[in-house]
Amino acid sequence: MLYLPDISNRMEVQSTPVNYLPIIFQILVALGFAVGTMVVTHMIGPKRRTAEKLTPFESGIEVIGNARQPFSIKYFLVAILFVLFDVEVIFMYPWAVNFRELGLDGMIQMFIFMGTLLLGFIYIIKKKALDWE
Amino acid sequence: MSLFYFVALLSIFFALMVIFAKNPVHSVLYLIITFFTFTIHYILLNAQFLAVVNFIVYMGAILVLFLHVLMYMNLNNEGSEMKSMLMKVSGLIAGMCLLVTLVGSMKTLAVSDPVNLQDADLGLVKNLGKVLFSEFLLPFEVSSILLLSAMVGAVLLAKKEPKSI
Repeated sequence: MLYLPDISNRMEVQSTPVNYLPIIFQILVALGFAVGTMVVTHMIGPKRRTAEKLTPFESGIEVIGNARQPFSIKYFLVAILFVLFDVEVIFMYPWAVNFRELGLDGMIQMFIFMGTLLLGFIYIIKKKALDWE
Repeated sequence: MSLFYFVALLSIFFALMVIFAKNPVHSVLYLIITFFTFTIHYILLNAQFLAVVNFIVYMGAILVLFLHVLMYMNLNNEGSEMKSMLMKVSGLIAGMCLLVTLVGSMKTLAVSDPVNLQDADLGLVKNLGKVLFSEFLLPFEVSSILLLSAMVGAVLLAKKEPKSI
């Protein structure tokens, strides 16, 4: 517990683009495994193509209709509201890192920001936008 | 430096693929790869917070919304909307506006001095937060109003008004 600030300081100094190299390796390994398995199974597996086998697998139930149908706008509303609150949370991150230095002023500034968005949230609730009719 | 040129080449290549892909879904998928190359650019510039935000919000959320929007359109008869004369004329006008803007900006083109960052850690979250809550406080607070208006607009557009008696 005593040397915790020391660690955070060291990490800050070391934070350079080179530190992202392990992440790139991890992405390469993950993508390489996924793509590699798919390619290899396609290459070494036997191919017996019948009309039955090429239909999409629907847990044994016959396929009905077309998948490319327009769907309800309610999904979009939920998705876009999620993105807006996602952006709000991202703005909280630089504030949380500097929480001590910014002190009470930073807290008031952030609460004004959050209060405006809370108004939006109350509006959404009052409009019953998230209710699934 | 050579890494920058490689990633820049990839960005331009995938950006061109966005335009040239026939299928709109493929076009959005290429756009996702383009944004991923932008994330690499941000990391190379040591703007780490921007890189992570670009990765999560743009690649993760906003482009999924783009795909979402595509699904509201009718994907079965592709390209039928593009044939109307109005679309062609408006496309021509928009393209010409872009051309004029590009030519105009090319005329004022000059080689500037390379930017030397005083502080290499400028893009880290801590420094970004300090700047955001002092110098750019007003734009930050105004952005909350922007988000609020986006919320209200989305609800107004997507929500069916209950029939009043």
